[in-house]
Formats: sequence, C-alpha cells, structure tokens
Amino acid sequence: MGEKVELRVWRGDAGQGQLTDYQVEANEGEVLLDVLHRLQATQTGDLAIRWNCKAGKCGSCSMEINGRPRLACMTRMSLFAPDEPITITPLRTFPVIRDLVTDVSFNFAKAREIPSFTPGPAVKPGEFRMQQVDVERSQEFRKCIECFLCQNVCHVIRDHPENERPFAGPRFLMRIAELEMHPADTADRREIAQDDFGLGYCNITKCCTEVCPENIKITDNALIPMKERVVGRKYDPLVWLGAKIGRRPRHDTPKVPGAQG
Amino acid sequence: MSDIERLRYDVVVVGAGGSGLRAAIEAREAGKRTAVISKSLFGKAHTVMAEGGCAAAMGNVNPNDNWQVHFRDTMRGGKFLNNWRMAELHAKEAPDQVWELEAWGALFDRTPDGKISQRNFGGHQYPRLAHVGDRTGLEMIRTLQQRVVALQQEDAREHGDPEAMIKVFAETTVTRLLRDGGRIAGAFGYIRESGRFVLFEAPAVILATGGIGKTFKYSSNSWEYTGDGHALALLAGATLINMEFVQFHPTHMVWPISVRGLLVTESVRGDGGVLRNSEGRRYMFDYVPDVFRAQYAETEEEADRWYTDPDHNRRPPELLPRDEVARANNAEVKAGRGSPHGGVFLDIASRRPAEEILRRLPSMYHQFKELADVDITKEPMEVGPAQHYVMGGVEVDPDTAASIVPGLFAAGEVSGGMHGSNRLGGNSLSDLLVFGRRAGVGAVAYLDSLGDARPAASDADLDSALAEALAPLERSGGENPYTVHAEVQQTMSDLVGIIRKEEEIKAALAELEKLRARAANVSAEGGAAYNPGWHLALDLRNIMLIADCVAQAALERQESRGGHTRDDFPEMSPEWRKIILVCSLDGDRVVVKQEPMVPMRTDLLALFDTDELKKYYTKAELPPAGEETG
Repeated sequence: MGEKVELRVWRGDAGQGQLTDYQVEANEGEVLLDVLHRLQATQTGDLAIRWNCKAGKCGSCSMEINGRPRLACMTRMSLFAPDEPITITPLRTFPVIRDLVTDVSFNFAKAREIPSFTPGPAVKPGEFRMQQVDVERSQEFRKCIECFLCQNVCHVIRDHPENERPFAGPRFLMRIAELEMHPADTADRREIAQDDFGLGYCNITKCCTEVCPENIKITDNALIPMKERVVGRKYDPLVWLGAKIGRRPRHDTPKVPGAQG
Repeated sequence: MSDIERLRYDVVVVGAGGSGLRAAIEAREAGKRTAVISKSLFGKAHTVMAEGGCAAAMGNVNPNDNWQVHFRDTMRGGKFLNNWRMAELHAKEAPDQVWELEAWGALFDRTPDGKISQRNFGGHQYPRLAHVGDRTGLEMIRTLQQRVVALQQEDAREHGDPEAMIKVFAETTVTRLLRDGGRIAGAFGYIRESGRFVLFEAPAVILATGGIGKTFKYSSNSWEYTGDGHALALLAGATLINMEFVQFHPTHMVWPISVRGLLVTESVRGDGGVLRNSEGRRYMFDYVPDVFRAQYAETEEEADRWYTDPDHNRRPPELLPRDEVARANNAEVKAGRGSPHGGVFLDIASRRPAEEILRRLPSMYHQFKELADVDITKEPMEVGPAQHYVMGGVEVDPDTAASIVPGLFAAGEVSGGMHGSNRLGGNSLSDLLVFGRRAGVGAVAYLDSLGDARPAASDADLDSALAEALAPLERSGGENPYTVHAEVQQTMSDLVGIIRKEEEIKAALAELEKLRARAANVSAEGGAAYNPGWHLALDLRNIMLIADCVAQAALERQESRGGHTRDDFPEMSPEWRKIILVCSLDGDRVVVKQEPMVPMRTDLLALFDTDELKKYYTKAELPPAGEETG
C-alpha cells in the first residue's frame, strides 16, 4: 500500500469556491490523475474532473497543479516532495463550471473564425503530391491535442478578458500558421492574422511553448515565422516599391477562402 | 416535464469520433439537420488514441496491392467469420475515404514521390496503412472536426447561423432511445455541464459510440467506452452479434501499474521491433499457427530480409494478426519466461537507429520516457496484452448500416460483423470512414422514404426515461457506483478475459447476477451538474448489459477463434464457423441465439485457394460445387 498525500483541491462552481484538503493514498509510479480518481472513488464521488484518454493524447485533463498548467494524466507523483501538499486548481483563464472543470468554449468559437483549409479547385482527391520535408512544418502544429494550456497561460488573455475578442491565442495563431505552411493551401491569412486574430499582441515570451505537453515549438516555429510573414508583406522595401510602381499587387491573394491556386 | 428541453433534428448522431463525425458530415451535406452528441469535448473522442494508421489498398508503396488483397487479409484476420459484404465494401472504398481526408486538409506522411506513405502492419500482406508518425487517429479526428467547422462556416454565410444545419452537443450523454410503434422517434439524454435533460426529436439515430473497454480492468480504451451504443441498441429492440469476440491487443505498457493497459502501437513491430522473452529468445517463430504457416518466415534471417525485400521473403511472425501475438505473449508469461513486471520484451532499440525511432515513433518515445523513465531508443519495452477492441456490435445491413429497428443505424466499433472474430490493426480507422459515410447515406435514404410522417415519442416513455436517469440521484444510502464498477471490471478480466473456460465463465455469470442487483441500487452523492459519480451510475446499466452479452456468448461458443479463446475447446471448428451468436433482450434479460452465417458470394470465394478454404470451411461448403450450404 502506498503513502498518503495531501491534496488541496479547489471545489466550487461559477459562483464561488474554496480549497478543500484531502488525504489520499498514492502508489509508486502513479500520476496525479490516478490519485484524483482514487479521491473520487473513495471520498468525494461528485468531484468534477474532465478527463478522457489518460494517455496524454486527448488534452482533456488540463488543470493548474501547484500553479503550473499541466495535464493531470502526465504529471507523475514522483515530481512532488513527499511531505508537501499539492494544490490543484482549475484553469484560471476560463470560467469555472464546477470544481476542476472550466468552460473552454472560447476556443471552439475562435476555431470557427479562421478561414478553413482551401485547396486549389483543380486538385482532385487522390491527386495531391507533397514532399515529406514540406508537410513536416505543418505536421508539427497538427500534433496539437487542444489541451488549451497555451491559451490558459498566455498573459495576453490570462487575467485580461478584454483581450479575448481581438486575440485568438497561441493555439489558433498556430492554426493559422499551420494553414499558411500547408503545401496545398491557397488562401492568404497574413492580414487577418494581424488584424483580426491579434498576432501583434504576442510579444514572444514563450510561455505557451513552455507548457505545451506535445513539446511543439509554438513561438519559434509558428508565431515568429508568422510575424515575419506578416511583416515581410507589409514592410519589405521591394514589395513596397513593387506596389508603388505597379509591378506587384499590394495584396497577393484575397484573405478569405476562394483564392485560386 | 417542463424541465426537458426539446430539440428537433432530422438525424441524431450519438458519438463524435471518426465514424460519428463522418456520418454527420454525410447527413449535413445531404441537407439534413444534424445533431452530433459527444460524451466529451468536440475532438477528444477515443479515435485520438489510434496510433498506427488507416488501412487502404492505395498501392502507393507496393503497387501489387489492391482491394482483393485487402479483402483476403481482412477475412483471414477475422478467421472467415466476417460479414464478407462489409469486408468487401471496406476494402473497395477505403482508398477514396483516405484521399477525401487529404482533400479536407489531412497531412499524412509521404512517399519519396509525394504520395501518401503506407506502413506495414500485422496481417496485411503489403504496406497499407496511411499514417502520421504514430498519431494517425489524432490527425483523422482533427481533420473531420475541421471539416465540420468548414461546413458550419458555409452555413453561417448561408443561414446567418453556423449551427443552423449541424450542431455538436459537447459533453452530452444519451441514456435512452425512444420509439413510436417500433420506429425510432428520438433520443433522451442529459447535458453534463448543467445536468439538464434533453429530448432530441428525430426519426433517424446513428449510433457511433465505440466500444466496451471499461467493462474490463486493463484496457487501452478511454473512459467513454462503457458500451453505451451497444446497450442503447439492445434496449431499443436491436440485436448484437459476435459479442464473444473481444480483442486483446498484444502490446500495452505493463509498468508502472498505473499505466498498465496504455497502448504500445503495433507500428513498433511494423517498423522492425521484435518480441523477446526473458531468455532473449525471439519466440514468435514458435507460435505460427498452421493456417498462416505458408505466409510467415521460419528463420530470423528470412524475417529480417523481408523488411527490405518483401517480394522474395516471408513476413516476420511478429506481424501475425493480433489474436495470435496476444496469445503468444500470454503463454510466454505463463511459462515463466516473462519480464520483471509480468510482460514480455519489445525491442526496437537494438534494431533501428535512435533517430529513426524518434522520427517514426515519437509518441511511444514520449510515453515511455515520461511515464516509465524508459528510453526506447536504448532499452526494450516491457509489454503485455490488454483489452483493446470489441469485434461484436449492432447487427447491421452492410450497405446501409441499418439495424433491424427502423430509423436506427450503427457504424464503427459499435457495429458488428466487419471484423469477424478478430480485427486487423489499421482496419478500424478505415472502418470508421467507410461505414460512417454509409450510415449517413443510409439515414438520409430512410428519412427521404418517411415523407412527412415523423414518429413521435410518447409522454409515458419520456417519463420513464427521466425517472430512470434521476433514480441514482434521488436514491440515498445506496452503494458507491465506483465500487460496483471496479468489481465488474475485476470479474470480467479474471473470468472472461483473454483465455476462457466453462467453469470460469459460469462463475462470472453468477457474479454478474449479484452485481446486477447491486448496480441497480447505487446512489450518487451531490447534484446533477457535472457530477461524475452520477454519470458512472448511469453508465453502469450499459456496462452490466454488455458484460452479460460477452459472458453468455463466450459460454455458448465451444471453440477457439480470433478474439475468443477457450482453454477447454482449443481448436477452431469449421462447424462453428457457420454460426454467429446473436444477443437480444427478452424483457430485461439478455438472450443468445445461434444464427447461420450467410454463405459468401461465389466471386469473392473464388479469390481464395481451395487449399486455404479447407482450413476454415466444412467439406460441404467448399467449391467446386459453387454454392455453399452454410
């Protein structure tokens, strides 16, 4: 039988709540989600936890553990000092539904605002030809399990709900980068990345990269290259000159779906 | 009754994994108002856990591949108990389904000439699995999710409301299907967040709820897999087939104990990994059954040559179908040649360079590193079998996915027949797409045939569905649902697991009888809003029904075949091949009946050598008579 650990779990709902202390058994090799499940099964059957795969693949069990955003299923108990209580609170950026479960619908709403994948109309299913080296850039971003830890930690919206309208957050700026770098996509989302999704709010503190359980280099590989593409378009002297003398179009493709390949 | 919200749809899809989303897309594209009910958040269904790939005979890597070869492999994998028409449709339609995903934005790994790459897998003659590293399921569900979003963007432009034609009800659970004169009239359930009740009024319901893993203690399945669709179908008067066939995938983590059952993808073996026992012996050569003898290598040298020269060498026995490998792993441990934590060794470290392992198996590297402190590029993994998939499910018409209940359809893992007694790896993701789409088409055709006559649920049925759902919350002093659930899982794992025998199954049935009474008397503390104890109390009804089906069917089938191994009947019997077991409800009790298999169409039968068929069929069924008598 394992040792008892002390958990301080936030209990409550949208109205109010408080930290409640529990003593729960923990065994060798366990992750925090195991211990929370034992708490649920033995002491508090109605403790609200969102989880699904318990394998680090679905991104459901996001919570703040000793203040750090983590997946409970990938947080090993050996991480903690044996005698210290472990404090578990819901994601701070999103409204609480109950206990450790938050309302993450903000993310699904943002996802719906981004113009979808737009292949050239002439390419038929089965005819796509892409090189591995070209798909790998977007593949890295498609590793995203939508745990929304990056959204939760980003200081632009953490404690700043007023920025939720103009700013899509790292996950969805990365989605724009993913589509921009998709070899078969023909739309242009550079202007809207800046104007409608708030890419300029990001000042590359890399907190999103730091909490990503998939180890996606969100800032270095998605956000900074995306900023460069936006800037390249706006301020490149050759582009500027080209536009000025009428040799290059000011906008290379329309910003919403329907662009031709 | 005023606290029940009523919503009117044409089609309700229960389940938002691969098959559910593909079905919903089809219904919406045909202009039907479609609701998708998801037990989890949108995009988090069990499909995300699929790793290895999606089988489709595109012939990108080996041009000899075609649908006939895929069909043959599927029938062999299922030991000829498959619904051959489903296997045929699946093999023919899978390539188009994969290409469609690509046109919706999926980014599969590539061949050097820029096509979709395909990898080797157990039981597949040629490299056939479209994949993205070892996270193919995630790519698939994300693509379908994003396709739904793209359709919603179209609807926003056309109707001013993105949810006008297709809406996802996240964290919502259906507890009853309601009927009107035998036909489907709607689905009743609750919304997790608020605990509010909803009646979806719809003449067509597509079940896409996945499997039954939470019936067992060690399973690679997510928590959602409580057999909901299987049970909803039974309760609505539909039939389940092949419930004795439960797949125990051969390789899962066994240590640490908390991650026991976490899947280790078959791709490890497809990419060169081998199984060894504590003596270092590559033991799979000792476990090649007669029916597969001709197709598998007999020496390590031949097996190793196959990876680079598959046309002139036979396959390594590590790539036998899953049931064979799982039994072998189990036998090695039983014989005392297991690893320190009761598994066997899966070694890729000594066989492939570290950088290749990292590139092809990034999730496996991550999983072992984070959860077990094992570096799979340097040391072998300890692995063992755990419950992974259920071949059994709702009996459906192969072409339309229709059950015997008018208006009720089923696709994906919750449907039965396609995989026979054992599913090949990679055939699940393709199954989801092919039959998800077909269920959508089937439901649309059914709706069109109804005209204006929409069935309506009765108030009495709605009352009793509501009372059933509220009971665990209103009952006080009942047992803890978590305790009862754990005991069901223990019973099923101990007594109706990978190796079965009559006295143990009978003991399980006796135990289930007692547990059924306890499950009916659990109570949930707390209120209706996001209360996992209450949710489990409601899921228990489904788990108990399904456990009963599995145990009764396992007792009835007196042979060993695929995902059903009887210690007391170790041989595969041609007589039993002619029979499928059908579960239905008589009152509130599960009954099992034998039904004859439909004989295979002669042009499909002609794809096999008579010598091979002899291993599975009775004499009377064999060609050249041309017609079988089964």
